[in-house]
Amino acid sequence: MDIHEYQAKELLSRYSVQIPRGGLAYSPEQATYRASEIGGGKWVVKAQIHSGARGKAGGIRICKSDSEVSQAAESMLGRKLVTHQTGPKGKLVSRLYVEETVDIRQELYLGMVLDRKSERVMIVASASGGMEIEEIAEKQPDSIIRAIVDPGAGMQQFQAREIAFGLGLENSLIGRAVDTLLGCYRVFRDFDASMLEINPLVVTKDGNLIALDAKMSFDENALFRRPEISELRDKSQEDPRETFASDRGLSYVGLDGNIGCIINGAGLAMATMDMIKLSGGEPANFLDIGGGASPERVAKAFRAVLADKNVETILVNIFAGINRCDWVAEGVIKAIREVGVNVPLVVRLAGTNVDEGRRILAESGEKVIVADTLAEAAERSVEAMRAFAKSKKN
Amino acid sequence: MAVLLNRRTRVIVQGLTGKIGSFHADDMKRYGTNVVGGVTPGKGGQVHQGIPVFNTVKGAVRETGAEASIVFVPPPFAADSIMEAAEAGLKLCVCITDGIPSQDMMRVKRYMLRFRYEERMRLIGPNCAGVITPGQALMGIMPGNIYLPGRVGIVGRSGTLGYEAASQMKALGIGVSTSVGIGGDPINGSSFKDILKLFEDDPDTDAVVMIGEIGGPQEAEAAEWAKHSMRKPLIAYVAGLSAPKGKRMGHAGAIISAFGESAQEKVEILRDAGVTIVPTPSAFGTTVMGVLEQQKKAA
Repeated sequence: MDIHEYQAKELLSRYSVQIPRGGLAYSPEQATYRASEIGGGKWVVKAQIHSGARGKAGGIRICKSDSEVSQAAESMLGRKLVTHQTGPKGKLVSRLYVEETVDIRQELYLGMVLDRKSERVMIVASASGGMEIEEIAEKQPDSIIRAIVDPGAGMQQFQAREIAFGLGLENSLIGRAVDTLLGCYRVFRDFDASMLEINPLVVTKDGNLIALDAKMSFDENALFRRPEISELRDKSQEDPRETFASDRGLSYVGLDGNIGCIINGAGLAMATMDMIKLSGGEPANFLDIGGGASPERVAKAFRAVLADKNVETILVNIFAGINRCDWVAEGVIKAIREVGVNVPLVVRLAGTNVDEGRRILAESGEKVIVADTLAEAAERSVEAMRAFAKSKKN
Repeated sequence: MAVLLNRRTRVIVQGLTGKIGSFHADDMKRYGTNVVGGVTPGKGGQVHQGIPVFNTVKGAVRETGAEASIVFVPPPFAADSIMEAAEAGLKLCVCITDGIPSQDMMRVKRYMLRFRYEERMRLIGPNCAGVITPGQALMGIMPGNIYLPGRVGIVGRSGTLGYEAASQMKALGIGVSTSVGIGGDPINGSSFKDILKLFEDDPDTDAVVMIGEIGGPQEAEAAEWAKHSMRKPLIAYVAGLSAPKGKRMGHAGAIISAFGESAQEKVEILRDAGVTIVPTPSAFGTTVMGVLEQQKKAA
C-alpha cells in the first residue's frame, strides 16, 4: 500500500528526519493560507499523488507570491496528473502540499527496500540524487552505496557512518546523516514498510540535511497490526477496478485487453494469460480468486470482471482440488444467473470430478462454452471474443 | 524414497484444531500420511479427529517422535509457529499459511541461522501447496488423485500451476517422485536451488520439472547451479511472459533489481544453462515426455 508524500514526511519527522515546513491544502484558498502560515516569499506547491516523477509532469511548482500559489493550486486540483510511473490514465490530484523552499547545495539519494536476494532490508544511497538516479544506477553501478541490515540486530551506527562518509559528506554533517539514516530504518521497521525513498535528500547551503521528498509503501500482509498506516489509504489513487476487487478479498490487476479472466492461483492465472496472448488475444485482467472457488467468490469475481466495460469475453479456468469440479460448476452456474453475464463465457475445469463438473455446465441450459484443456480454453476465448466484437459492430 | 517425505515420516499438524487444519489433517491421513499428533496451545490433552493434541511442539516431539510439521496457523502467528518447530528439533516444516508479513519471515530466516547447517530444519513455503510423494504421503493441500507415482520430480512456486503440470503428465502416464511447492512469497524457506539439489541426489528421481514465475532471483540462481552441477535433465516453465511491467513508486526497486527478474530474461538464462523450456503452459506433459524419450534412447 502506498501513501502520500506529506504522510510519509510526517512519519519520518517523528523519527528525527528533518523536513521542510509545510502544510496540506484541498483548495486554492487553503493553499495561500498555508503559504502565509509558513511565511517567507517563496514556496513550492506539490501535487499529492501516489507517483514519482511529478516535477516533469507539472505537478511541482515554485511560486513567489500569493497569487502564484493560488494559480498553481487552481491548475492542479481536480485534474489528473500523468507521469511515467502512473500509466497513461494518470492519477487524480485532490490534495496539495505547500512547503517552504530551501537553498540546495547538493542532492543525494536514499532508498530502503526489501532485497529478495539477501532476504533482508537493503539500503541504497548515492551522492547524485535527483531525477536521473536509475540511469546512474545502470551506467555507474559502482557509484551506488549498498548496505544490508541484519534483522536480528537492526541497523548499526557504523553502517550509517559508512554510508554517510561514502556519500562524501563533510564531518560536520556526519552526525545529522547518521540520525537520518537510523531514523529512516526505524520507520521502515516499526511500520512494516516495503519501500522507503528520499529523493532528493538535500544538503542545504546553511549546512543542514533535509528530506525534500519522501515516498513510502507498506507490506499489506502487515496492515492488521498497523492500524495507523491502514488509515492513510487513499482509494482515489487506486484503479477503481482493483479497489472493488481488493475490498472483496480478490487479487485483481486491471489490464488493457478484452478477455476477462477468473482463475484460482496466481501462477495458473499468469499461465492462462500467457496462453491467451499466444492465441492472439489480450487479457483484460489478472484475477486470482484464491484456493477455494466457492460460489460466493466466483460471483464476486464475475462482478469484478464485468465492472470493466472493455470485457468482451470471460474465461474461467479453475483447477479444483479439494473443492471438486461439480461443486465449482454449480457455483459458476449460480453466479452467472445471479450476476447476469452478457458476454460469451468459456469455462475450463480440471481436477477432481471433472466429468461431473462438465456435465453440470453442459446441462445447465446456460450458454457456456466448455473447454477441456488450457490451450483449447484460450483458443475458444479468442474466437468467441472476435465473433462477439464483430456482432457488436453490425 | 523420493525426497523430503515418505509413508513413514512422522508428521504433526500445527493449528490442527482450526477449520483448515482439521480439514486437511483428515485429508492427509486418508492419503496415507503418518499423522501422529497436532499442536494447539491450550488444547493439549484432547484428542481431535482421532489425533492427540499437544500444547507445544516440544511436547508433541517428546511424546510422538515427530520429525516433520505442517503449519496451518493464521498469518499473525505463523512465523512464531515456524520458529517453535525449528527450536523443537524437527527436520522438516511445511508452512501453508498465506499472508505472513515480510518482516516476520526475515526474522524466521535469521532465527534459523542459530542452528548449525546439518541440524537446521528445512522450511518449505510459506504460502505454498506443500509436498507430496505420490502413493506414499501428503503434507499439503494438493488433490492427491492428480499425481501418478513415478520418477519425475516437480518443484514450483504456484500450487494450481503445479497441479496443471502433474495432471498433464498423468494423462500421458508420467509419474512423479515428489512434488514440492516452495511458495510464492518474496521470502521463502527453500529456494529452487535447494530443492533441485535434493532431486539431483535422489536415486528415485530421473528428471525434474521446475515451474517459475516473474520476479525474484531464484530461477536465475537455480539455472546457474544446474548448469555446473546438475546431471539429471531439467525442464522449466516460467509464468508471466504476458505480465505488464508493474506500476511502481519510486526508483529503489529498479536500482536493486538485477537482470533476470522478468519472465523473458528468466527463460533466456535457463535456456543458456541448457535447460529444456516448456514453450506453453499446455505443453508440460509433452515436453517432459520428449525429454524422457531422449533419455531412454541415450541410455
